[in-house]
Amino acid sequence: MNLFAEAFRWIVDPSHWTGGPDISGHLLEHLSVSAYCVVIAVAIALPIGVMIGHTGKGRGAAILISNVARALPTLGLLSILILLFGIGLLPITIVLVILAIPPMLAGAYAGVESVDKQTVDAARALGMSELQIIFRVEIPLAAPLLIGGLRATALQVIATLAIASAFAFGGLGIYLIEGLATGDYVQLLAGAILITVLALIVDGALAVVQRFVVPRGVALGRTDPNGHQKRARAPRPRVLQEGMQS
Amino acid sequence: MNWVWIGDNLGLIGGRILEHLALTAPPIVIGLVLSIPLGYAASRSRVARSILLSLGGILYTIPSIALLVLVPVILNLAILNPLNLVFALSIYAVAIMVRSAADAFASVPRDVVASAAATGFSGRQRFFEVELPLAIPVLLAGIRVVSVSTVSIASVGALIGIDQLGSFFTDAFQRSFLTEAIVGIVAILLLAALYDIVLSRIGRALMPWNRKQSAVMALPKVSTVPLGGSL
Repeated sequence: MNLFAEAFRWIVDPSHWTGGPDISGHLLEHLSVSAYCVVIAVAIALPIGVMIGHTGKGRGAAILISNVARALPTLGLLSILILLFGIGLLPITIVLVILAIPPMLAGAYAGVESVDKQTVDAARALGMSELQIIFRVEIPLAAPLLIGGLRATALQVIATLAIASAFAFGGLGIYLIEGLATGDYVQLLAGAILITVLALIVDGALAVVQRFVVPRGVALGRTDPNGHQKRARAPRPRVLQEGMQS
Repeated sequence: MNWVWIGDNLGLIGGRILEHLALTAPPIVIGLVLSIPLGYAASRSRVARSILLSLGGILYTIPSIALLVLVPVILNLAILNPLNLVFALSIYAVAIMVRSAADAFASVPRDVVASAAATGFSGRQRFFEVELPLAIPVLLAGIRVVSVSTVSIASVGALIGIDQLGSFFTDAFQRSFLTEAIVGIVAILLLAALYDIVLSRIGRALMPWNRKQSAVMALPKVSTVPLGGSL
């Protein structure tokens, strides 16, 4: 446990936060690359997932994709793409986007699919167009699950990027890889703590967002004025919690 | 693809497949065995459920490479000890399986349990002869997910020097040798498929009552709370 104290001292050491490639620089690199990969993955997966959930078509393909993606080893994908494209940001981006699409896709289609069919039919009967149903009924009701998909996607990207440090990428994983290479256990542990804390903070922040996006009507339905058992519940992101990020 | 290399190194490939099996089978079994009492507790009490599921969620959030480094420090093991990988993979397996197991026990119809009690089943009999068998479909779906991800995630162990199929990836990168990386990926995908087939066979053998359906089809819908459909 003494090693933990030393690792914390290493992290708070001001000399590791100023000048040259320091913790803040690596953190910024990690966050910025993660962010743009998540944006690309969401831009691809969200519309497709929503359409699958809305139409019910292509569900089998989406499940197949997420199952295969779960079996794909991050390290293997990284090494193959880096051997094909050379060291650089391009192969890393491709791998991150490939691995980030399935959780977002799953969140999107599971979310839209979980919307009560009677609610959708009611909206249709009221004269809403299909686009209106998607944007004003299905997406708001699916919002918690959509954010759940985003959470899984963000975690996947942050974790994979930490592994990418083994392939000449900076980011927070660099302390781990350098620590392993030089046998510096304090730095190694400090790197592990930094990555873990980053993942927990991002996940926690998105968990808060997830709470806020529950539509007011659904939130109200949770407290029954007659004191009966709670009936309306926001769907839990079951599908998304399955599987691990790298 | 360099087929000659593959031919010359069949022994190495076979050895690493066995190493991979030896490192991934224990976590899958541990994940299942530990998740049954934990998931049962979570299905019984709301407090236990929220504590166990949040804890699982937090553990699951830890990136694998970080966990692989944290485990030896916490257990005071040498970093190259393969037990680190087994332990880290077990943590993930339990973290995921607890949720599946909680859902599995929650999916057992209350009426059936009550009937068992009424016909004189003791608490222990109810658990082993009624609740556990009826929880199998959801448990099986969970453990299949766990097995596939365990096989793929174990490869990260190569970064801290624990040999298994993932070592092909680090070797391939160091030697700029694509064939090796492809061999590693194909072997991991095949191993994941093998686990999946074996587990679903075991599941089918344990569920003689729905042999006609596939395990996925038999998955009961847990979260279908009617949104006020009373007539």
